Amino acid sequence: MKLSTRTTIHAWLMVLPACALLAMFTHIPIVTTIWHSFHSTPKPRRPSRFVGLDNYRDMLADPIFWKSLVNNLVYALTSVPISVALALTMALFVNSKLRGKGFLRMAYFTPTVLPMIAVANIWLFFYNPQYGLLAAALKPFGITGINWLGSQDTALWALIAVAIWKEAGFFMIFYLAALQQIPTDLREAAAIEGASRWTYFWRITFPLLMPTTLFVLVNAVINAFRLVDHIFVMTGGGPDNATSVLLFQIYVAGFKFFDQAQAATLSVVLLAILFLIAIGQFMFADKKVHYQ
Amino acid sequence: MSPIDRQGPVSETLETVAAWMLGLLWLLPLAFAVWTAFHPSAFVAKFDLFAPLTLKNFEDAWAAAPFARYFLNTTILVIGILVAQFTLCTLAAFAFARFEFWGKDVLFLLILVQLLVAPEVLMLENYITIRSLGLVDTLAGIALPYLGSAFGIFLLRQTFKSVPKELEEAARVEGCSSLGVLWRVYVPAAKPIYLAYGLVMVSFHWNNYVWPLIITNSVANRPLTVGLAVFASVDQGIDWSIICAATLMTSGPLLVAFLLFQRQFVQSFLRAGIR
Repeated sequence: MKLSTRTTIHAWLMVLPACALLAMFTHIPIVTTIWHSFHSTPKPRRPSRFVGLDNYRDMLADPIFWKSLVNNLVYALTSVPISVALALTMALFVNSKLRGKGFLRMAYFTPTVLPMIAVANIWLFFYNPQYGLLAAALKPFGITGINWLGSQDTALWALIAVAIWKEAGFFMIFYLAALQQIPTDLREAAAIEGASRWTYFWRITFPLLMPTTLFVLVNAVINAFRLVDHIFVMTGGGPDNATSVLLFQIYVAGFKFFDQAQAATLSVVLLAILFLIAIGQFMFADKKVHYQ
Repeated sequence: MSPIDRQGPVSETLETVAAWMLGLLWLLPLAFAVWTAFHPSAFVAKFDLFAPLTLKNFEDAWAAAPFARYFLNTTILVIGILVAQFTLCTLAAFAFARFEFWGKDVLFLLILVQLLVAPEVLMLENYITIRSLGLVDTLAGIALPYLGSAFGIFLLRQTFKSVPKELEEAARVEGCSSLGVLWRVYVPAAKPIYLAYGLVMVSFHWNNYVWPLIITNSVANRPLTVGLAVFASVDQGIDWSIICAATLMTSGPLLVAFLLFQRQFVQSFLRAGIR
């Protein structure tokens, strides 16, 4: 089909405002970030100059970078599987014939609607060594005086628990929708074969939920690298960087130390991770499930 | 009866108990904050069924920080973003759904990049852009990076593609222009998607924190989330019951909306998620 010039002009006029904004705040900054990662930070009397891989060398020599990267991986690799498994469990509960499932669905889903900052405040109080509910609950067992967010051993885990609490209900609804799509005659057929509930779940339900699981996993992993609001409020990356993650370090480099080169270099790492996730999804995904 | 449906009374009870334990566990942190917010500060962490209920914590919180201003800022911000996104995404999605034009496929692929790389991932570069536009510490500065939304374009394009061509042709016969067809045929057909996208975007921008934190530095332009964080971090002299009250107050409108329109909320998140 020959494309008419008139149509092209019309169409471009329609897409232009949105695309200009997208380019301005996504594509151009991606390019400039990469550019800045090969240059030094401009100073009043020393303009930015090309430094090759120096910024990357500095980053690799920086223990805080490694700490943040490892923290981020631990954060993703624990919070994601646990919240996804819980999401599936919740969906199975709510999809069965339980009493009060409407209430339960509400209970599981409510944290999703709250702002992360509100969630952070609520959990800050929950973890409080003096007044917190957790301290009160552990007191009868003789466990007292643990500063969950103030100790290097527990702080990251405390944040992981918050992430699981906030996210599981969100992922539950995708599983719930997928469960309701499974045709009932499969269940009848399995019943005639004499399959147990356990077998039915592992042989029928779970494989049929695979596309949902993949979708949820990808989104959960992306969120694990992108959602850092609670870290600002609950720990500020501390104690001693025990809860620092990549995006938080980008903030610190950019807006605390005003070190453009360092922030750009860290951003390139984060971008690389995000694109790797996308490529992974593309390679594993059954394409017809997600796109058209 | 087959084993699949035959559930012993024991396992059925166990499942119910497990489900309820998890549900109560899930409500616990929130319930704890609610309890604290509605009782005098003398009762922080002292549970007493007969403790007097009070709204004083909410009054104190409201008086202690300019929350009215924060509410106003967030409301303006959310409405502004929504109106702009609806307009820009509708136009772009329509072009992608119904026109064949030069550069279409490459352009669409480039747009999808934003699904992966949100504006806050590129916070420093975007801050520099906003500063060069002179929009630091303005609501426009908070909103601008989010106005071109790949997600909105994608969602609406899918919807517009599923609108029967016959409807469009009928409107054309009656003399509608392209934009007329978009307004009379496509936009009404996509109403549920606008609702879904709108709810997701309202809750996203009502809750957004890091980018507004970077861009704003005055009371006049702070949204609720940043205001709440500033309020709660001044720890001298502010007690937990007031912080809990402020926390609930700022999440209140969304929480109430969710409890009233649960079904729509869940449906919207679902629609918006399955892309």
